[in-house]
Amino acid sequence: MADTEDLSLSRRDLMAAGAASAAIAGAPATASAATPDAPHLAQVTFKVNGQKRSLTLDTRTTLLDALREHLRLTGTKKGCDHGQCGACTVIVDGRRINSCLSLAVMHEGDEITTIEGLGAPDKLHPLQAAFIKHDGYQCGYCTPGQICSAKAVLDEIKAGVPSHVTADLTDALKVTAEELRERMSGNICRCGAYSNIVEAIGEVAGGLSKGEMA
Amino acid sequence: MKAFTYERARTPAEAASAAAKDPTARFIAGGTNLLDLMKLEIETPRRLIDVNGLRLDKIEATKDGGLRIGALVRNTDLAADKRVRKDYGVLSRALLAGASGQLRNKATTAGNLLQRTRCPYFYDTNMPCNKRTPGAGCSAIGGFTRSHAVLGTSEACIATHPSDMAVAMRVLDASVETVKPDGVTRSIPIADFHRLPGNTPHVETALTPGELITAVTLPKPVGGMHAYHKVRDRASYAFALVSVATILHKDGSGRVALGGVAHKPWRVEAADSALPQGIKSVSELLLAGAKTTSQNAFKLTLAERALGAAMAQARS
Repeated sequence: MADTEDLSLSRRDLMAAGAASAAIAGAPATASAATPDAPHLAQVTFKVNGQKRSLTLDTRTTLLDALREHLRLTGTKKGCDHGQCGACTVIVDGRRINSCLSLAVMHEGDEITTIEGLGAPDKLHPLQAAFIKHDGYQCGYCTPGQICSAKAVLDEIKAGVPSHVTADLTDALKVTAEELRERMSGNICRCGAYSNIVEAIGEVAGGLSKGEMA
Repeated sequence: MKAFTYERARTPAEAASAAAKDPTARFIAGGTNLLDLMKLEIETPRRLIDVNGLRLDKIEATKDGGLRIGALVRNTDLAADKRVRKDYGVLSRALLAGASGQLRNKATTAGNLLQRTRCPYFYDTNMPCNKRTPGAGCSAIGGFTRSHAVLGTSEACIATHPSDMAVAMRVLDASVETVKPDGVTRSIPIADFHRLPGNTPHVETALTPGELITAVTLPKPVGGMHAYHKVRDRASYAFALVSVATILHKDGSGRVALGGVAHKPWRVEAADSALPQGIKSVSELLLAGAKTTSQNAFKLTLAERALGAAMAQARS
């Protein structure tokens, strides 16, 4: 890494190279008894955005690092890496999770959807279009997580999953600004685009209930 | 994070037996707390036993009219279950007051009970902590204590248990079902499941080495009006400073438990009996023996007021 050639590498290349060497460096799993700190490798196969992917990974690799550093799907972002910010939110078997707090090897057979699987620049997902229209971001770093989370939030409301602000646990659910704000609380936006994010999601939901605009 | 081997357990007894043979092993289910602690090297398991394939993910009616909640039922599914919403509203409310949607989708019933304290000194590996290193000393005592326990504390630890769900489980008199490494099963009343810190704050539950939670059982519904009132520093996605779980009946009788104030959900039988006498009597009994610092003494006033708010909420 001290070689001057490395100076031409981008920051992303450097980080990827570091993560990759962490994943494959050291002795193979069979030699690990002699060196307790050597990585243990394991195989996992899952579907990412409809495509079957098989990886041999250090067991420590999070789903987030598998997506970003091994599959080069860098749409999913690493913010806090501790499940506090939501930038790493992806959808696994229809449910949103923090990919930073999940081991890749625990996703055998799972179907994973990342922001790259929701839409493309020439074919935006309605939530992506709505975020652009309503200016639901400034720097954009949290946006992929916000959009994956929002997609799952709308599905959760449809499926009748209540929230902390649902007034009556036995009533039908409504899409209100209050509901969206509560359900999106696991996605932090340090630029503070929250009110525009709620408007964007509300529009895709078919409009917020009356008197509940953000 | 330290390197570890990874395996998938096939039966609960097999998982318990494997864990008992290897003190460096940990079970992993949702992983939302364990992985966070492993990244910080507060937890350093050398062997992870994945219990997600054990089919402990059903909510079933019991013979005596209660519910048996599989250890692997996700917090989202438990909170959304129609039977829970109708008959055990306090549990649904407590779950929905905790964490974020993403975390609730992963976090399990057993894992929620077993989550570790969020004491900042427990998380800071540069500071002594009796939970991390027994005998090292407690950095919280004499440190910043605003979020810490005021009841049941010891000279060794003033950490709180962070779970909302457990407070509701306590007020519902749930039981924790387990299997031991030799295949023997037992049922532990939730009141006895979490321990006070005493001289061994690193021993947080009644579980023995390798013992695996298979389910949490709720007795038949007791009726009444249910409420969970949580007070925190922001409106969503934060741990409780103080929380109150309550079930009130029309005749004024009921039950109450507090969260955010002790090393375990806090319930006092005499305080339950005092409910018809009003909030003042209840909070005096609940908070008897409290030991506060200048930074967390506010929790006593807050608990009394939160109790009032919870009771008003239950009656509304």
